Amino acid sequence: MSNAYVSLTGLTLSYGQTVAVPELNLDIRKGELIALLGPSGCGKTTTMRAIAGLLAPTSGKIMIDGADVTRTPANKRGIGLVFQSYALFPHLSAFENVAFGLRLQKQPDAQVRAKTEAGMATVGLTGFETRKPSEMSGGQQQRLALARSLVMEPKVLLLDEPLSNLDARLRLEMRNELQRVQKDTGITMVFVTHDQSEALALADRVVLMKDGKIEQLGTPAELYAEPSTAFAANFMGFENIFRLEGADLVSDHGRLPFGTEAAVPLLAWRPGGVAVGKGPHVGRVIASSFAGDHREYVIDSPLGQIKADASIDLPEVLLGQQVAFDLPQATARHLAA
Amino acid sequence: MSRLTIWLILGTTLTFLIGPFLIVIFAGASAGETLTFPPQGLSLKWYAKVFTVESFRDSFALSMFLAIFGTLTALLIGIPAAYALNRYNLPGAEAIRTIVAAPIIVPGIIVGLALLRYFVVPLDVTITMALFVTHTALVLPYAVRVVSSSLNNLRADMEEAAVILGCTRFQAFVKVVLPNIRGGILAAFILGFVTSFNEVPASLFLSGPGVRTLPIDMLSYMEITFDPSVAALSALLAFMSVAIVFVAERLLGFSRYV
Ligand SMILES: Nc1ncnc2c1ncn2[C@@H]1O[C@H](COP(=O)(O)OP(=O)(O)OP(=O)(O)O)[C@@H](O)[C@H]1O
Ligand SMILES: [Mg+2]
Repeated sequence: MSNAYVSLTGLTLSYGQTVAVPELNLDIRKGELIALLGPSGCGKTTTMRAIAGLLAPTSGKIMIDGADVTRTPANKRGIGLVFQSYALFPHLSAFENVAFGLRLQKQPDAQVRAKTEAGMATVGLTGFETRKPSEMSGGQQQRLALARSLVMEPKVLLLDEPLSNLDARLRLEMRNELQRVQKDTGITMVFVTHDQSEALALADRVVLMKDGKIEQLGTPAELYAEPSTAFAANFMGFENIFRLEGADLVSDHGRLPFGTEAAVPLLAWRPGGVAVGKGPHVGRVIASSFAGDHREYVIDSPLGQIKADASIDLPEVLLGQQVAFDLPQATARHLAA
Repeated sequence: MSRLTIWLILGTTLTFLIGPFLIVIFAGASAGETLTFPPQGLSLKWYAKVFTVESFRDSFALSMFLAIFGTLTALLIGIPAAYALNRYNLPGAEAIRTIVAAPIIVPGIIVGLALLRYFVVPLDVTITMALFVTHTALVLPYAVRVVSSSLNNLRADMEEAAVILGCTRFQAFVKVVLPNIRGGILAAFILGFVTSFNEVPASLFLSGPGVRTLPIDMLSYMEITFDPSVAALSALLAFMSVAIVFVAERLLGFSRYV
């Protein structure tokens, strides 16, 4: 663990009797941008709050920059946290919001002003100094919250669903902004999201969580191409997952011949990996939608519903019509569990 | 509803609200020697006389003292109480809330009697002290309630943000919570002030030689002298209340909090 900057060891987090996160182990490198990805309630916020010091772990250890901070109070940890709700101070101007932490440290006035102005410039809020948070748009408030954390030069910056309250366009803008700020400052960042595409787009490494445990950890490319479990595969868009019994594909609905045997119990296909219009199997189209460069079908088959994308060049299959399809070996992802 | 009905309802309501106020103003402005309405001629002599009655001056000072310091004390206890009830999952929070509200529900006359019988007499406390304790207790529920409702509107994560930025819990309370509930605190103060100043039932039991709150003093004055000065004094007090509420409304939209 020599290159771990933040290291969580056997971290167990509970609310009263209920364990939200059991025995978590995670190492984060310096300067890394890590995404905590997972469905609602899987313990992402809980993990963040523990790193920040707002939630005392039941057991386990948190090390930051070589120091054990498990028992260090939140106001002494030197960690930044951008809340999902921003948690800006409504009675203070934008400038004073950003300057808040610096003033607490009793830094000289000129230095506070310089750092605050620089921080606001970093997030593109120069000129908004005298505004109250309530007089700013959602995206501006978001950036203000980011600036407030950044000026403190935290060892680690935690962001809890930083983009979830923004509309699609602002979201993309803030995404780039975050990435740029991270590049410029080299700060170690952990951000929470339940949006798979956001995690893949932004992060150096993605931590996929399920029920408080790490399901898979890897680079976006690894996770996207090689999810190791059914849960991970499903999260990464492998929407068709079937059991392999002998040389047959099996689901709760029925079975289809696959042709060859494999050493794994599960096989998975993305909708794009299913061949439509030719193949040994036949099904009936029960839903169809146009998606620009392709058409998305739902095919009722002996295995139940199969999601399949077909090129726009192929003739459209109408609702209720029979269609040939194949689950090719070439595009199958082998899953161990 | 027709326009006429609406105006009729509005007119009746206003008559009941403003009518007594007008009657008192004019009754106090009488040129005659007894309290009558309509007044017998107009003069300001009773308004002037109010300021010369020594017992009024003393009891006004006492009532002011009780209203200001009783309410401040109630806030000093009530703000942390409201904060604790709001932010921490205390085991008996619901029970505490009910108990805190009790003085609003229990008739003041019972509070006064109980205090006199089991607090003032056995412990031999001074009347002023007893009044102070009573008024503080009577105002406390308002302080807790009004402050609670502004705390409810304040998200807890703001304090956590302040802590992450380096505040201790206490600093976060002072720097982030207090400034954001100051409207509620001022509203609680005004409500408490007016409640204390107008309090009659409990204070009735707690008066001694030369120590009475203003409303009690006015009652006993009326038992002996039936001149219009009591009406004049009532009118002046009403003006004072209206002025306070008006200023508060202008400053912070008082009506949002009550
Ligand atoms: N204050 C709390 N008291 C009790 N249980 C809680 C509390 N906060 C969270 N939990 C539980 O802990 C688990 C993890 O919650 P957490 O908030 O960490 O999820 P999350 O991954 O952040 O979800 P989301 O994406 O919805 O924000 C959930 O099962 C939740 O019900
Ligand atoms: Mg969460």
